[in-house]
Amino acid sequence: MTKRRIEPLVWLTFSGGGVAAATFLPVLALLFALAFPLGWIDPPSYDRMADLLGHPLTFLVLLGLFPVMLIHAAHRFRYTLYDGLQVKHKLLVAMLCYGGALAGSFAALVWLGNALT
Amino acid sequence: MSDTRYHPPVRLFWWTTKRSYFLFVMRELSSLFVAWLVLFLILLVRAVSRGEAAYESFWDWADTPWVVAINLLAFAFLVLHTVTWFNLTPQAMDLRLRGRRLPASAIIGAQYGGLLVVSAAIAWLVLR
Amino acid sequence: MTDESDDNITMRVTRYRPDKNDPPVPVDYGVPLRKEWTVLDGLNHIKAEQDESLAFRWSCRMGICGSCGMNVDGEPRLTCATFLSDYAPGPVRVEPLANFPVVKDLVVDINDFMEKLPRVKPWIIRDDDVTEIDGEYLQTPEELDAYKQFSMCINCMLCYAACPVYGLDPDFMGPAAIALAERYDLDSRDHGARERLDVLIEHEGVWGCTFVGECTRVCPKHVDPAGAIQRYKVKAAKESVMAFLLPRAAGR
Ligand code: SF4
Ligand code: FES
Repeated sequence: MTKRRIEPLVWLTFSGGGVAAATFLPVLALLFALAFPLGWIDPPSYDRMADLLGHPLTFLVLLGLFPVMLIHAAHRFRYTLYDGLQVKHKLLVAMLCYGGALAGSFAALVWLGNALT
Repeated sequence: MSDTRYHPPVRLFWWTTKRSYFLFVMRELSSLFVAWLVLFLILLVRAVSRGEAAYESFWDWADTPWVVAINLLAFAFLVLHTVTWFNLTPQAMDLRLRGRRLPASAIIGAQYGGLLVVSAAIAWLVLR
Repeated sequence: MTDESDDNITMRVTRYRPDKNDPPVPVDYGVPLRKEWTVLDGLNHIKAEQDESLAFRWSCRMGICGSCGMNVDGEPRLTCATFLSDYAPGPVRVEPLANFPVVKDLVVDINDFMEKLPRVKPWIIRDDDVTEIDGEYLQTPEELDAYKQFSMCINCMLCYAACPVYGLDPDFMGPAAIALAERYDLDSRDHGARERLDVLIEHEGVWGCTFVGECTRVCPKHVDPAGAIQRYKVKAAKESVMAFLLPRAAGR
């Protein structure tokens, strides 16, 4: 019988989130964090954005992406603190990292839900 | 019997002693900026969900110098993440085609292809 | 002593004497810089001509035995396969392999690895009672090819010296041991994958690894332990998902 461990499942989410962040985040960041704020391109109108986020497919895709990316980041940052800074309170660090990711995912769920039409 | 061996200590900032170690820690640190960018997008969703006024003031906030500075830095780290992630994937996967291991270049190329398709699709959706 | 003329190079060798209570100190020795001389040749020259108390390990002088590993200018290297001329004009730092307790001068204690290695069962495990007496286990070239790379390991410990995770957490099973587990897992004659997975799925097994990748970079035999570890993670993840979805089938 294979031993039941949580690590493999967390690692799987970490990997999935890594792929998601590598493929989906660059264009999103380039558009929304740089091009629009810096005026390289005009941001979409409010109606256009509300339309886009109101679509159930957008809701599903983003609800899939945000949490795995957050868990990816949490998992990696946790090990960065362990290895890079040799933080000793391992359990506390783990709780803060994954807790933060879960809180962020919950916020995403609520606001994505609110944006649904 | 007493231990007469010398136990070398691990330095706190061991990763500053070698270029490859430093790059590794920077790669891992990209996680912080991935989290920030996701948070930024979630805040955008919140703004849209709160109506037109909130949406407009989101752009005002996103244009403040410190947010722009963080976003520029975050984007640089995100590029580091994407490049290193794609480069390391072939090592982690043993994909075989008719008994032969797929060359790393094929796997890396496929990932960049995916990035291109996804980016084009999203840009088209948003900018349409 | 530090003569850095054209045909000399300074070797800055770390000395540690267990009978004194002092931490290791670097000591400079000048050795002739000959084109075909390796770092190991330089050490042998020092031992023969300057200080016979210098302690270091070596045997084959041809990259086979894996006993001459040291940190040369901060990089784990086989000193019999590392040329002094690549470090001209010097000085070149020669230190004991990192991450291991030092016994004397350049000799390190690798008992930790010797204790870990059998835990991953690096031998062929059968779940039937076929033995050599029943004949040979035949393999096709493809089947040999599947694990050959991982069988090239010479236990030189360069990968452990390069691995910061092992340095920080000595409980971590480490690169070579996991690569050797993979070597037997991939062997068509072997049935022991599950037994090894039970050992490696623990936190001290594969999960401490953050894919620094240094082990693969320094390995003189191109074993790619980093790749083996990541593939082990994939394997463990697959098994766990299966156990989650099909609790019965996984009990095989
Ligand atoms: S995996 Fe490579 S570096 Fe590590 S012990 Fe084996 S031969 Fe040496
Ligand atoms: S002396 Fe045998 S590997 Fe260097």
